[in-house]
Amino acid sequence: MFEQLPALQVAITLTAAPLVMLLWKAPRLAWAITLASCWASLAVTLALFGAVADGGSWSYEMGGWAPPWGIEYRVDAANAWILLIIGLVSAIVMPYARESVEREIARDKIALFYSAFLLANAGLIGIAITGDAFNIFVFFEISALASYALIAMGSDRRAVLSAYQYLVMGTVGTTFLLIGIGFLYIMTGTLNLYDLAARLPEVSDTNTVRAAFAFLVVGISLKLALFPLHLWLPNAYSYAPSMVTVFLSATATKVAIYVLLRFIYSVFGFEFSFEELSMQWVLMPLALLGIVIPSVAAVFQDDVKRLLAYSSVAQVGYMILGVSLASALGLMASILHLFNHAITKAALFMAVGCLVYRLGGVSLRRIAGAGQRMPWTMAAFVIAGLSLIGVPLTAGFVTKWHLLQATLEAGYWPVALLLLGSSLLAAMYIWKVVEAAYFREPEDAGADVREAPLALLVPTWALTLATLVFGIWAAFSVGAARTAAEVLLGRGVAW
Amino acid sequence: MSDAALIYLSLAVPLVGALLIVACRRAPVLRDGVTVATAVVMFLSVLQLLPKVRDGERPAATLLELFPGLSIAFEVEPLGMVFAMLASGLWILTALYAIGYMRGAKELHHTRFHAFFGIALFSATGIAFSQNMFTLFIFYEILTLSTYPLVAHKGTTAAKQGARTYLGLLLGTSLAFLLLAIIATYWLAGTLDFRPGGILSGLDPAVGSILLMLYMYGIGKAALMPFHRWLPAAMVAPTPVSALLHAVAVVKAGVFTVLKVSIYLFGIDYLRELATSEVVLYIAVFTLLAASIVAMRQDNLKARLAYSTVSQLSYIVAAAMLVSQFAALGGAMHIVMHAFGKITLFFCAGAIYVATKKTEISDMHGLGRRMPVTFAAFFLGALCVIGVPPMGGVWSKWHLVLGAFESGYGLVVVALIVSTLLNIAYLIPPVVRAFLLPPPESEAGGGIREAPMLCVVPLSLTALGGLAMFFLAQPLAQLLGGMFTGVGG
Repeated sequence: MFEQLPALQVAITLTAAPLVMLLWKAPRLAWAITLASCWASLAVTLALFGAVADGGSWSYEMGGWAPPWGIEYRVDAANAWILLIIGLVSAIVMPYARESVEREIARDKIALFYSAFLLANAGLIGIAITGDAFNIFVFFEISALASYALIAMGSDRRAVLSAYQYLVMGTVGTTFLLIGIGFLYIMTGTLNLYDLAARLPEVSDTNTVRAAFAFLVVGISLKLALFPLHLWLPNAYSYAPSMVTVFLSATATKVAIYVLLRFIYSVFGFEFSFEELSMQWVLMPLALLGIVIPSVAAVFQDDVKRLLAYSSVAQVGYMILGVSLASALGLMASILHLFNHAITKAALFMAVGCLVYRLGGVSLRRIAGAGQRMPWTMAAFVIAGLSLIGVPLTAGFVTKWHLLQATLEAGYWPVALLLLGSSLLAAMYIWKVVEAAYFREPEDAGADVREAPLALLVPTWALTLATLVFGIWAAFSVGAARTAAEVLLGRGVAW
Repeated sequence: MSDAALIYLSLAVPLVGALLIVACRRAPVLRDGVTVATAVVMFLSVLQLLPKVRDGERPAATLLELFPGLSIAFEVEPLGMVFAMLASGLWILTALYAIGYMRGAKELHHTRFHAFFGIALFSATGIAFSQNMFTLFIFYEILTLSTYPLVAHKGTTAAKQGARTYLGLLLGTSLAFLLLAIIATYWLAGTLDFRPGGILSGLDPAVGSILLMLYMYGIGKAALMPFHRWLPAAMVAPTPVSALLHAVAVVKAGVFTVLKVSIYLFGIDYLRELATSEVVLYIAVFTLLAASIVAMRQDNLKARLAYSTVSQLSYIVAAAMLVSQFAALGGAMHIVMHAFGKITLFFCAGAIYVATKKTEISDMHGLGRRMPVTFAAFFLGALCVIGVPPMGGVWSKWHLVLGAFESGYGLVVVALIVSTLLNIAYLIPPVVRAFLLPPPESEAGGGIREAPMLCVVPLSLTALGGLAMFFLAQPLAQLLGGMFTGVGG
């Protein structure tokens, strides 16, 4: 039983999905099963995480076929970290989902909704855990198709259009990914990531491999919403149901970034990516533009959900910047930010979900006065907002600290200044929300607007407190990110 | 009690006090009593640390470690000891004064006011006792955030506007420049601990020069031009806030940080090697002259005092940049001396407002006959700020001028003398007019009508405190001497 854990990780949610679909007459039961499978999945994740925390790895042969012929699942400190993010966020978002989903989704569609959620979840877990390139593509498609359905179920009519937009962009992305994988297969005859890593050096000086690299990077960049390939993201996050936005913002782009890291560092290797192809000179300008332009755009948004979506694009910029520094410290900062930003942004979108639950929408006009009428929700928003800005004692600060250390290590003083400038932009857009919620009179002063129900508030606060806990006692996350960076870089790492 | 317990007690008292103040919001008399009691208890607990520091000990405590290499830790050294005693001691008088002022001026939201005052004092103490730059930075930011509601207290458009300038400049400079400087320091020195002699010595002077500029403009609370605008903007706050926070706790936290950075991060000897220490010196000299000239043109009494503060803060920045122990000692002493003088002046401005609702100097002709105690105290406070015997202010300026001589900056000596003349020009006329010019016809007669006793007594005490500092300068200098050696003098 115990040695089957890696397979179980995907199997739990994947098998629960069709089961839940059958329960369209009992939405509560559908929810309960989804909740149970998410928690079971988290338990498995924790076991896996604990097993590889020392920097080792855990290989599992699907169906008993030995790699490189069969599909191999391999868990190490890098993807266990991603599994932890997915597991944690979905386990916390599920208790939150029941009331939020009942408010936003038609009753007869709730079971379908949860089924799609489980599929998306299984897809993301699969991407992270598998050690097989083609398998990555398959799971990307599973999660993407399920996500399109989830986004399209948003109550706003524009949700369908934005799901379509996401579909087109996402499909282009995965197609590029597939082409890249195909090229690699032509050159090496293998799909196993670790086998690829061993065989690529022999053929790396060919245009086919370079083209494969380009296709893979562009394809994955579409999925992770790297500026300027981010256009699908603001709409998708803005019009999706609240719970979907929470889940996708915390996990979907993170998993894509993990895949990028896996290919750049483990499969192609540091020398090929950074010394031969000089990836950093492509990634860094895009990262910097991606930090500044969406941050400025966020300042001018009128809808809080959309504002946070633009902020997500900027945060992707931070993670890519860490990669582009081409150093162990930079990589570690990026990996750290995957987690810290996941809990921060999930907490923010949960608070927004609470506002939507009571107010029906989150334009700045509509949330006026929410500070007095929904004090707990807004307090959570402020704390998580501080983490987004990167104020000391929050999770966001821990990332900023390491990212800036890495920037200075590389000698890029102006970039460091720009990073701090962009956190001022973050302060500006969070302040806009705070000012609207606390210092403006509500338009419908008579309306009965109460605090969000406990079922929504408790999970929101759980994540909000997590941003503080991981900001104050950061030794755990810093250590885990360090181990993950060492695993990805392979060989002796010079810190 | 152990060292750690004493440090935590000094930090916890104002915080717990703030909670108690909120808990007693329905019983105004009890609440105001709690406020004063908190201030007294806090002062006493800070005072417990004094004998140890005087004997050369450095009480220390580590609260927690964020991740290896970065911790929140405290260590009480002479400069921090003096700052903490100053802030907590003057809080007792300010708390009394604030009760009288808030009632006399019919301000609203007393509970919120007193509670945030407690949090501000908590963060000032945290700054004073910080063992490393990271801890200091955290409390520095809490101080900014906790004083924001105090500045915006009146809730009018003007108050919100002023508060936004306040928050924007202080947060902006600290997040953009100070944080970068701190992270760079950690990267370059591998530590952020405050150590006698500094941690940066041996670093390439070019990098050190940049770092110094980042620190000096990152510490927005020191109000170096052109980032001084937040201080006049903060004058929309009720006067007790201007008195304790914007003449003592907040602004002194800024120059305190400047001194800490200069003495314990850079080290006086290393500062001498840096090209920009001279640049900062001349910026400070410019600021102290320019702000004095601006102050002369202000008719609003509080605005005049605010620009005077901007000017006086630059004395202390200049003292740090004169790279002489004499001057640095003078700067540290000036934190105390200026505090007594300026808090008295603000208390007087508030008392005048409570008694007559007057804010403009040109309306105060002849007012000295109606409020003789207030204006006598104003006179003493002004003398202390100017630096005339028998007030404490003379000693800090004495050390400063000696330090400037020692370092060979004749121009700075001249600037200090000119600035003293300017101080006289803008601080003495209000007193002279109040006593010697006849009041307007409509206000003539009526005898003595001072502000409430709760206002008049504290302002008399701070004025006398300035006088007492003239005689206490020797022990103060002895205590502060321990800054450079690492052991008590």
